Amino acid sequence: MKTKSPPTRSPDSGGPSVLSEKLRSPALFVGFVAILVAAGAGLLIGPAGIDKTAAIMELLDRIPFISIDSGLSQIQKNIIWEVRMPRVVLGALVGATLAVSGASYQAVFRNPLADPYLLGAAAGAGLGATVAIVTGSGDGIGTFDVVPLLAFLGALIAVALTYLLGYSSGTQRSPAALLLAGVAVASFLTAIQTFIQQQNVDTIRQVYSWILGRLNTASWDEVSLLAPYALVSTLLILMYRRTLDVMRLGDVEASSVGIRPQLVRLVVICAASLGTAAAVAVSGLIAFVGLIVPHTVRLLAGASNRIVLPLSILFGAAFLVLVDLLGRSLASPAEIPLGVITAFCGAPFFVIVLRSNKRTLG
Amino acid sequence: MNLCVARGVDVRVGQKLILDNVSVSIEAGEWVSVVGPNGAGKTTLLSVMAGLRTASGNILIGDRDLKELSPRERARLLAYVPQHPEIPPGMKVDSYVLLGRTPHLSFLGMEGPDDFRLVQQVLEQFDLATLGQRTLESLSGGELQRCHLARAIAQATPIIFLDEPTTALDLGHQQQALDRIRRLREEHQVTVVMTMHDLTLASQYCDRMILMSEGQIAADGTPSEVLDPDRLSDLYGAHVKVLNIDDHLVVVPIVGR
Repeated sequence: MKTKSPPTRSPDSGGPSVLSEKLRSPALFVGFVAILVAAGAGLLIGPAGIDKTAAIMELLDRIPFISIDSGLSQIQKNIIWEVRMPRVVLGALVGATLAVSGASYQAVFRNPLADPYLLGAAAGAGLGATVAIVTGSGDGIGTFDVVPLLAFLGALIAVALTYLLGYSSGTQRSPAALLLAGVAVASFLTAIQTFIQQQNVDTIRQVYSWILGRLNTASWDEVSLLAPYALVSTLLILMYRRTLDVMRLGDVEASSVGIRPQLVRLVVICAASLGTAAAVAVSGLIAFVGLIVPHTVRLLAGASNRIVLPLSILFGAAFLVLVDLLGRSLASPAEIPLGVITAFCGAPFFVIVLRSNKRTLG
Repeated sequence: MNLCVARGVDVRVGQKLILDNVSVSIEAGEWVSVVGPNGAGKTTLLSVMAGLRTASGNILIGDRDLKELSPRERARLLAYVPQHPEIPPGMKVDSYVLLGRTPHLSFLGMEGPDDFRLVQQVLEQFDLATLGQRTLESLSGGELQRCHLARAIAQATPIIFLDEPTTALDLGHQQQALDRIRRLREEHQVTVVMTMHDLTLASQYCDRMILMSEGQIAADGTPSEVLDPDRLSDLYGAHVKVLNIDDHLVVVPIVGR
């Protein structure tokens, strides 16, 4: 039962690779530059007014085998290493996680409008956080605070509920059933959350501030809380980058080339939801990142998930660090919630990218 | 040698029996056309034999039961092109054809030089080499059909199932598509099972025709055995004549008898 291989011709060894949708080094390079620029800006700019040259020297001083005296006071050093650095790192982790989760949701649902909150993660996290805040269990600060814990659990329970509901509702295990279940679960949980919030108007400001997303409580504790989940989730999604291109054929054809579409969908949803839940737990609900970053990458660099997933990580990280910088600079010393900035900058930017590029959405 | 055998296959949707105790065996190297009126069960039979739809009964591929094969093992034996394949937005032609190599890669594996070389050759065979960088949605219907076939050939399987491969093609492109399948069969020794609506075209290219009606096999044999005008008139509810022109069978509908 062996087929004869196609007639042999002299291989085109020096010619271009047959795969045109390949992640090429210039795109990666641009992504890394974007992160460096964003991180640099995030570390050097702030209300403390630390001299930027001294701050650069302080950063270089921490590189092994380099010893420079920056001349900064201990307080200024602390501002750089204990305030700005964790905030930049946390922003990068949250941005990368939300962007890559959004890209993977769009891939498994073959729906350009899919975002990481599609299956109820945001509504579940919102309910969890609201319960924690109104019961006075936590103030939203610190590693072992109840707010991130309940937000994390709320997000995961909501997604699990959606999955069970979607796959038990119909005979056809279609992605559409899952999406509809997501809408139902999100509406239901949001209704409960709104009810609890209305019954406890004294904490409405706190709840509202959490829902709009923020990084102003960022510390190394929160970085260490999110990092393991972000890492596992992102690595797992990246492992599926080739398979997610096969999923673009739809379930029947993906199955005909040897893929188990439902298993792939389950694993990728679990990975993306875990990352999203952890990101939401530490930063609140930051909208739009999971939608605009992957689409911008797709429009600029091609629709293949081999490109979209890794570049979403880099550009998602850079984007959120810059957005956070805007949020804390524009109305300094007050801070504008991140969700407001992402939507305010993101939506028009998205329209510009859409209009200036003829490529089709993936 | 029997390459693909279906025994006692039933498919039921609700109360309706779509396939009713169908048994069929396909010999290695054959080009089989499954024909019949709309709703006869052609597409269902094809997708069941391709392992993409569950059914009661047994399907053997060589000496192995289809149910015992993993999806990847199955995809190394059977390629399938549906009637309306998905056109992933923004996907380039070369990347699309390369997806045919999926069953030959491990979970974490990426395509190697051999895969690229094979796909390059398939692109050249299908006159797609110059279109490799184009997106699928920018192609014409004939070019798209070549892409679907090319992806199935890149899968390098002994059997290819094609669901109405000439639908939506004009007369010239229909002939070109079938000529290409004929050449591929000779070059790659592939067994082809396809559903067709055009009885004349099917009879001119295939070795064997399976005529289906209401989920059962109504006739199975060479085109001249199967294309009996009375049988066709009865099953299709039409008035037809079967002419022989230069040793080619031509099925012609006759109006108003």
